[in-house]
Amino acid sequence: MSENKKNRILICSGTSGVSAGCGKVRSRFEEELRNRGIESDWEIVSVGDRGLFRDVLVDIMDSRGRVSYEYVSPEDVSGIAESHLVGGGLFNERLAGDDYKNFFEKQTRIVLSNCGEIDPDKIDEYIERQGYAALKKALDSSPEEVIEEIKDSGLRGRGGAGFLAGLKWEFTRNASGSEKYVVCNADEGDPGAFMDRSILEGDPHSVIEGMAIAGYAAGAGEGFIYCRAEYPLAIKKLKKAISLAEKEGFLGDNILSSGFSFRLNIKEGAGAFVCGEETALLASIEGRRGMPVPRPPFPAVEGLWGKPTLINNVETLANVRHIILNGAKWFSSMGSGDSKGTKVFALAGKVKNTGLVEVPMGTTLRDLIFGPGGGMAERKSEFKGVQIGGPSGGCLPEDLLDTSIDYESLNATGAIMGSGGMIVMDTGSCMVDIAKFFLDFTVAESCGKCVPCRVGLKRMQEVVELITYGKGTDSHIDFLRDMGNTIKNTALCGLGNTAPSPVLTTLRYFDDEYRAHIDRRSCPSLVCIDLLNFEVNEELCKKCGKCLPVCPSDAISWRKKEFARIDKDKCIKCRACIVECPFKAIE
Amino acid sequence: MCENCASSPSGKIFSEKDNSEVSKLIEKYRSKKGFLIPLLQDIQSVFGYVPQEACGMVARELDIYPSEIYGILTFYSQFYMEPRGKHIIRVCQGTACHVMGGREILEFLSDELGIEDGESTDDGMFFLERVACLGCCGMAPVVMIDEDFHGRCSIGNLRKLVEEYRSKD
Repeated sequence: MSENKKNRILICSGTSGVSAGCGKVRSRFEEELRNRGIESDWEIVSVGDRGLFRDVLVDIMDSRGRVSYEYVSPEDVSGIAESHLVGGGLFNERLAGDDYKNFFEKQTRIVLSNCGEIDPDKIDEYIERQGYAALKKALDSSPEEVIEEIKDSGLRGRGGAGFLAGLKWEFTRNASGSEKYVVCNADEGDPGAFMDRSILEGDPHSVIEGMAIAGYAAGAGEGFIYCRAEYPLAIKKLKKAISLAEKEGFLGDNILSSGFSFRLNIKEGAGAFVCGEETALLASIEGRRGMPVPRPPFPAVEGLWGKPTLINNVETLANVRHIILNGAKWFSSMGSGDSKGTKVFALAGKVKNTGLVEVPMGTTLRDLIFGPGGGMAERKSEFKGVQIGGPSGGCLPEDLLDTSIDYESLNATGAIMGSGGMIVMDTGSCMVDIAKFFLDFTVAESCGKCVPCRVGLKRMQEVVELITYGKGTDSHIDFLRDMGNTIKNTALCGLGNTAPSPVLTTLRYFDDEYRAHIDRRSCPSLVCIDLLNFEVNEELCKKCGKCLPVCPSDAISWRKKEFARIDKDKCIKCRACIVECPFKAIE
Repeated sequence: MCENCASSPSGKIFSEKDNSEVSKLIEKYRSKKGFLIPLLQDIQSVFGYVPQEACGMVARELDIYPSEIYGILTFYSQFYMEPRGKHIIRVCQGTACHVMGGREILEFLSDELGIEDGESTDDGMFFLERVACLGCCGMAPVVMIDEDFHGRCSIGNLRKLVEEYRSKD
């Protein structure tokens, strides 16, 4: 940072920050600076989310260095101003703790390096951090050299399937025709994955730069970013970034006097998970229902409006500038086997530190969850499984925690890398219920074009539902396996092919839970409400009364030194008491 | 052109002003590639939903089958063909929210308001909708009312929240 810059107050203002109330924190800071007459000494910067959920994160940078505060509420601001900005000390109450440090120190942040550090609305801040230097470097080389570099790096698609990015680039370049397109797939639909959104909100230029380089290499003059409409802030940041890049001559005609021209458009999705599938996405850009078509022809040969089209996902494109700047060798030195570089995961569920974690490929699941993740959220909770890859992925048990995170190892377990959603579950999660949850999702999102996905998933959903009602039979298990494998092998697109995975992996690793539902008509995790009586087991009840205040319908009666009692007429079966009870006494 | 698209099924009068709004948007997109979805999105941002009258105009002016428009409106979950309640309640049903009790939250709201997913209350006050993921998994379970996020929801605090919105208006 240059000398004449003011001291900085960084406020995380991505969607996570907004949801935690960063706007009020910012205006309180503005007020404090004004009231204390120190406005000219400080610059308040709204940065993208840094990736850790700690409500509002505030970093203060001055001559003394950098100090991070977490869980900052508007009420804390005057304290921070008093002790830190004016007093020269620290505001100890909100100082980021060891978990915070642990979370960031145990990561290798490359794609996320700018997220939470720069103001995404100011192109200068991006340029200061080597922004658009990769584009300049690429334009000084031939398109073939750029493609070679990406191929040598071993970069694979981060959207799910893991196809070699460089090969896609080459196929598009070699396809005949003069009109070609580059498409950025920002239709991040997996519930529980939000890395693409954070990149677009916090560092939109890295994606724009990646697309311009891809356009140059593939011989495309126009690009589209297909972004979920559910991400209004990301779309806003992108629009602003595109107009700034055009003004600075990084997009548009004759970019940096190289003779290469590239235009970028944003297309807003309209809410359909299947549009993450590349052929469906192209149909949607063309203004039609987003339904997949069989491949080949691949989009690289016949894509948008029948022209050769290169489709990469956000995270893939955000890696490009780092590869061009630092070289393929640098990139491929990270990772393991055929999986190079880093991967960003969205860690959530019953884990202590939830947020975005970027680690080198080849890290084990255990090192991720118990490293940056900090282990289980509560000391009493016991790890049961981790769900990777969203509705297309699988649930893995504790025995497989030492699985290395790379495309091949994860595929071997029946899960997939997917887009990188990672939900940690403890013994309070029922695996049959999780399988049902994902089926509900994929049934609702199936486009209906092919029979295996449209009808097969529906039949599987019905059967899993019966099991959660306590009406399962032995033959249901065989049916789920057969149907799951049939859909896997015969569905038209990636959505259908992978949709049975949550069921197939839970059957494989958590068979005992299915058995309990079928043989004993019981749900060991106390989740499936049709198998619960909502009665207090007096052998387990310790008369602590913790269940009393959480009941929203006054169904629980309890007095000191007495067992709790549940009035079934009032009970709405919300499970609040079951979740609260430390002794699992409510069954 | 079918009769349905020409008539006014919602009973409301589609005014001259409404007509000209739609015409303006149609002109904006007339010669563009892949215009249909953005055009319908713009129409929705004007009216809050896509009125059938507007569909009729689009079909006539741009020479598209009404069935194609209907196909798009029903395929994508973000399109609404009827006016929605004043306050939009979105209940996150992402994986993290599910693990943290999001389903119970949705069931509670559905009971409390007496409406199902995708419906509005009779008094026009609330519209309830389940969404796949709002992307703030660290605050699960999450409910969004209009533009405001409410994290770490419980049935107790949602009941209060709904009351607050009711009494506010």
